[in-house]
Amino acid sequence: MTSTDQKIEFSPENMQLVKRLMGEYPEGKHKSALLRILHIAQRQFGGWLSSDVMDYVAEVMNLKPIEVYEVATFYSMYFTKPTGKYVFDVCHTGPCAIEGAEKLCNHIEKRLGVKEGETTADGMFSWRGVECLGACGYAPMLQLGDSFREFLTPEKVDQLIEELKNKV
Amino acid sequence: MGRKLLIDKVNVPGIETYDVYRKEGGYRSVEKALKTMTPDEVVEEVKKSGLRGRGGAGFPTGMKWSFLAKPEGIPRYLVCNADESEPGTFKDRYLMEKIPHFLVEGMITSSYALGANTSYIYIRGEYMWVLHILEKAIAEAYANGFLGKNILGTGYNLDLHVTCGAGAYICGEETALLESLEGKRGNPRMKPPFPAVKGLWQSPTVVNNVETIAAVVPIVNDGGEEYAKIGIGKSTGTKLISACGNINKPGVYEIELGIPVEEFLYSDEYCGGIKNGKKLKACVPGGSSVPIIPHFLVCKTAKGEDRLMSYESLSDGGFATGSMLGSGGFIVYDEDQCVVRNTWNFARFYRHESCGQCSPCREGTGWMEKVLYKIETGHGQMEDIDLLWDIQRRIEGNTICPLGDAAAWPVAAAIRHFREEFEWHIKNPQLAQTKNYGLVAEKVFEMAQ
Ligand SMILES: Cc1cc2nc3c(=O)[nH]c(=O)nc-3n(C[C@H](O)[C@H](O)[C@H](O)COP(=O)(O)O)c2cc1C
Ligand code: SF4
Ligand code: FES
Repeated sequence: MTSTDQKIEFSPENMQLVKRLMGEYPEGKHKSALLRILHIAQRQFGGWLSSDVMDYVAEVMNLKPIEVYEVATFYSMYFTKPTGKYVFDVCHTGPCAIEGAEKLCNHIEKRLGVKEGETTADGMFSWRGVECLGACGYAPMLQLGDSFREFLTPEKVDQLIEELKNKV
Repeated sequence: MGRKLLIDKVNVPGIETYDVYRKEGGYRSVEKALKTMTPDEVVEEVKKSGLRGRGGAGFPTGMKWSFLAKPEGIPRYLVCNADESEPGTFKDRYLMEKIPHFLVEGMITSSYALGANTSYIYIRGEYMWVLHILEKAIAEAYANGFLGKNILGTGYNLDLHVTCGAGAYICGEETALLESLEGKRGNPRMKPPFPAVKGLWQSPTVVNNVETIAAVVPIVNDGGEEYAKIGIGKSTGTKLISACGNINKPGVYEIELGIPVEEFLYSDEYCGGIKNGKKLKACVPGGSSVPIIPHFLVCKTAKGEDRLMSYESLSDGGFATGSMLGSGGFIVYDEDQCVVRNTWNFARFYRHESCGQCSPCREGTGWMEKVLYKIETGHGQMEDIDLLWDIQRRIEGNTICPLGDAAAWPVAAAIRHFREEFEWHIKNPQLAQTKNYGLVAEKVFEMAQ
C-alpha cells in the first residue's frame, strides 16, 4: 500500500502522541521531536515516507518541508521509497560477520528470491544488510520492526518467514 | 567474584518496576543528594571517585562537570548518550533494558548536581522497545514524586524525556548527537565552543554515556572515596564490558577495573575461553575503533607484564603494541578469522557512517574500503598496503570529529601487526579465497625506547 491510497492524517492517538512529544521541548524548540515523529509517520503511512507524508509532517510541526526532507534522507531507518510489509535488517558488521552474518544474508537472498534492497513480488518482504545494531554478543541477528531476532540460523529465518506469511 | 555496583540486581524478579526497584534500595541516591547535599558536594564526590567517561574517551567525569558554564538566567542541560552504535558494544542496552530505573535515578542525581531542570536521554532508534521501557520507568518516577515539580519537597524541579535517533553511528559523537536532538541531520559541530559552553540550543550542556550516569548512583550512595577503592590507579570503579566473537560465553559483564585480561578472557566467570577449543588470534578490546592486538599482546604487554583490564594497561605501549579500553566492546577472534576481511568489514562500516562533511574522512573511508576489498578478493598489489597506510595517515587528525581517527586506527593497527597476512593475500590470491592465513607468527619485540 502506498500513502497515496489513503488520506494522510495522523490517527487521533498518534496526533495526541505527536502533540505530547512536541511539548517535551522548550517554546520554539519543538523541531527536536522530528525524528520520533517521522518514526510514527513511517509506521502509520505504509512503512515509508513519501514526499506527501513529509509535507504533512512539516505542516503539523510548522516546519519548512526541506527541514523534514534533509532529516528523512540522512538517517538509515527512514525509507523514502516503498518497502516490503516486513523488512529484515540483517546486521553484517564485524562481530556478526564472524558468526555467520554473510551466510545468513545469502540464505535470505535465496529464500526470498530478491536482492538486497528489493521487495518480493507479493509486497511482503524486503531485506538489507545494516551496520551494528548493538546485539553483537547474540549474533547473528536481524531487526524486524521494533524487535531484534537473535542467535539466528537459516532454519530460524525460514520459520520466521513462514510465521509472517501465515499472519493474515 | 568481583563487586558489582551497576547490574548486581538485574536478576531480581520485577526489578524493571518502580516498586521492586525501590524496595531493593533504589532512588536512595536521589534522597541523599537532594536532602543532604549541595549540588557542588555531589560534583565533589564524583571528582573524588575518579570516575571516567564510559562512552569511549575516558575523560574524568567530575572535571567535565566542573567545566559546565553557569551564566545567569540561561538553562543548563544534561543529555544522556544512549546511542550505543560502536561495533562490539551492547552494554548500555543491557543496563537500560534490564534495570531502567537505575539510569533514571542516575539522571535525577546527576541533573541535580549540574543544576539542570530539563534533561534528555537520546537513544538509538533501533532500540525502540528500550525507549518504551525507559518511558514507562520515567512515568513511574513522576508518579512517585522523583520527577516533576518540587521533588521530595526539596524545591528542586526536573523534567526528564527520552528521544531517539533513526540509524546513524555518527550521532554517538556528542555534537552530532546535539544536532540530532535539535531535530537535524547528525553533522558534528566544530569545536570550540564545547558543549559545556554552547551545547543543546546553544546552552551549556553535559553529554554523558549511560554507564557514566549510572555510576553516579553508587558514588553518591557510598561516597566517592569508597568507589575509588575499587580498581587500579586512575582506572577506578567497575566497568561494563560487552564481550563477543569467538568465545564460549558472549554477554555483558561488570568487572572491577584492573583484573587481568587473561582472567577475563579465560575464566568461567567471564568469557569462558575461546570457543571450540580454538586458539586465540587477536582481540579488539574496546569497540571497532580501537587498534586490534595480536594474541601475544592480549594477555601480556610488550614489556612482558600481565595486561590488565584498565585504561592504562590496555593502552600500554601506545598504538605500537597496545590498544584502548574504549567503550568496553571486547571482540575476540580465533585462529580461523581473517584479519584482512575483518579490516575491510570495519572500513565499510566507517565509510557508511561518515557524515561526509570533511573530505579526508568522506573520501578516505571510501578509498580504504575499496583497497581492502581489492586485497581481500585477490586483486591486490604490494603497493596497495603502502597506499592504505598513506590514506589512513592522511585522515587521522585532519577532520572535524574523531570518526576519522576511529576509521584510520583499525586499518593502521591491522597493517602494523598483520602485514604478513596482507602480503600473503596479495601473493596467494587464489588460496586466499578458500583458506585463511591462520595465526600471526610470534614476533620478537624490540622494546620501545
Ligand atoms: C564517532 C563517535 C561515536 C561515538 N559514539 C558514542 C556512543 O554511541 N555512546 C557514547 O556514550 N559515546 C559515544 N561517543 C563519545 C561521545 O562523543 C562522548 O565523548 C561521550 O558521550 C561522553 O560521555 P562520557 O564522558 O560519559 O563517556 C562517540 C564518539 C565518536 C567520535
Ligand atoms: S570526521 Fe567524518 S564523520 Fe566526523 S565530521 Fe568529518 S566527515 Fe563527518
Ligand atoms: S555487529 Fe551485529 S549487532 Fe553488533
